[in-house]
Amino acid sequence: MSLELKNVEKKVGLDTHIYSTNLRFEKNTINILLGSTLAGKTTLMQIMAGLHKPTNGEIWFNEKNVTGVAVQKRNVSMVYQQFINYPNFTVFDNIASPLKITGISSDEIKKKVIEVSDLLKLSGMLDKKPNELSGGQQQRTALARALIKDSGLILLDEPLANLDFKLREELREELPKLFENRDCIVVYATTEPSDALLIGGNTATLEEGKIVQYGKTIDVYNKPTNLVSARVFSDPPINISDVKKNGDTFSLSHDSVKWKSKSISLKDGNYKVGIRPHNITTYKEGANSIEIKGKVLISELSGSESLIHFRNSNMNWVSLSNGTHQMNVGQEAKLYMNVDEFMYFDQNNKLVSNV
Amino acid sequence: MNKTEYQKAWLFVIPVFILVAFNAAVPLMTVVNYSFQETFGNNVFTWEGTRWFKQILQSDRFHAALGRQFLFTGIILFIQIPLGIFIALTMPKEGIGVSVCLVLMSMPLLIPWNVVGAMWNIFALPEIGFLGHTLNDLGFDYNFTQQTGDAWFTTVLMDVWHWTSLVVLLSYAGLRSIQPAYYQAAEIDGASRWAVFRYIELPKMKKVLTIAILLRFMDSFMIYTEPFVLTGGGPGNATAFLSIDLVKMALGQFDLGPAAAMSLIYFFIVLLVCWVFYNLMMRNEEQS
Repeated sequence: MSLELKNVEKKVGLDTHIYSTNLRFEKNTINILLGSTLAGKTTLMQIMAGLHKPTNGEIWFNEKNVTGVAVQKRNVSMVYQQFINYPNFTVFDNIASPLKITGISSDEIKKKVIEVSDLLKLSGMLDKKPNELSGGQQQRTALARALIKDSGLILLDEPLANLDFKLREELREELPKLFENRDCIVVYATTEPSDALLIGGNTATLEEGKIVQYGKTIDVYNKPTNLVSARVFSDPPINISDVKKNGDTFSLSHDSVKWKSKSISLKDGNYKVGIRPHNITTYKEGANSIEIKGKVLISELSGSESLIHFRNSNMNWVSLSNGTHQMNVGQEAKLYMNVDEFMYFDQNNKLVSNV
Repeated sequence: MNKTEYQKAWLFVIPVFILVAFNAAVPLMTVVNYSFQETFGNNVFTWEGTRWFKQILQSDRFHAALGRQFLFTGIILFIQIPLGIFIALTMPKEGIGVSVCLVLMSMPLLIPWNVVGAMWNIFALPEIGFLGHTLNDLGFDYNFTQQTGDAWFTTVLMDVWHWTSLVVLLSYAGLRSIQPAYYQAAEIDGASRWAVFRYIELPKMKKVLTIAILLRFMDSFMIYTEPFVLTGGGPGNATAFLSIDLVKMALGQFDLGPAAAMSLIYFFIVLLVCWVFYNLMMRNEEQS
């Protein structure tokens, strides 16, 4: 089982919503589409589902061309950001609804509904109507509807975005388990890098209708092929600064911050450095850390982490430290950057090294 | 918690009290006053108790008018609600067509009621009216000033023309508030067009439809101007709905006592039906 997009393109009028895209998803994988709002995640999913026809290109499912095959004949299911359930059906009927038109006997349906509702912890709520449920339970119902069909392709379009923090964490933890041992391809769209990291699987980073990078989630995170992918896959936002390499020394262009390059065989010249916020900390980390000073703009404590925005070299920097480090706005702060985690990009934003 | 007593706050409420008193309470109490007494002018009143109420409730004339009223309201609700929903469903959802349709739909609502009546009167006249003349040319024996059936047909048609737009606009607003994801989900489930209407659109439109039905019930139950101008309640008493009959009694015959009693009964019927209807709809709402 596989899903393949071949040169898929989507234009609406003169606007190109999806630029020519090639992707191949394999059986029993969870594939994450990671990108900001309007990056084209939803459009791409609707094309995969068959809700929209691509302007150009083909969609192959199980090595068969399914471009233009109506969604009803595709055996796909989809879960949305909004909790979409039939408003005047009970939870039971909602979950059963995809099976009802298939002509399966009602005993069989009942068995399946009970099985799926157990899996999603909805057993006690089968007689209730959707609007008597919490948001989390409504979304569980929608998920159950997607699961009961045994579809080959399950599309989840930001399913956790409308849930509050606690419910989101809870459901996110359960999600990968739900799809284990099911012969299906899962596609999961999200704007949250943390979703991708926690769920794992494969990730495709998207920006402005283009797939930037596709690979195993952890690889995409650790080795972004270019700056765009690194930026999409970083929350809080990654720090990007111009650097100059001269001999074995790198220096920030507007500041005296300098560091030795270790084993980089790069030509001298101008580069860009990407530094993830958690590699700028209030304490020294790693063997090679260097000092950076700046004026504190924002200082936030969130539970066990401290987020400090500061200004240096005409640029705003974001740092994320473990533990609580209270700083006052306006004060001069001294922070440390872990040189070993720097990622270097050339002038065309391509990764050149992240030694 | 300690409440502070600050009586001056009442001062702020007084203007509203005065306003409501003059536009609602005082006229209503005057009617109540008339309904329990007999008057022969010169401000001479004699107490009659519930006599007028009994008289009205037992009168065949009132029963007939009430029957006509319920029949009329029933017919126009039966036509306007489904027709309004149907038109709303077929209206475009995007593009220039939306504004065009909305403006065209609002037109009948903007025309003053007596103008609507006059328009339809001329339109339907058998000799010179476009509708009346055409129908007669086609071989129908149509004359709304003489034949009961034709009078009803014209009155109903006029009301449908005038007020279906309201149902359309409300239904359309209800339909537009449904997120596209619902339709996609239904498409993925393989739901038929009817199933989409029955299980998504209708439940989602329920609240605006409640309002639409309530408004149309009240308005049509209190209809006066249009049939008054169109048929004057005729031929005979064939289209004399409650309010037309009431005005005949109060101003035509100057039977102020019975007319006042009838006004109050009329008022309570409207109130009661609305209350019952609203509660039924809201009880369903809680269940779903």
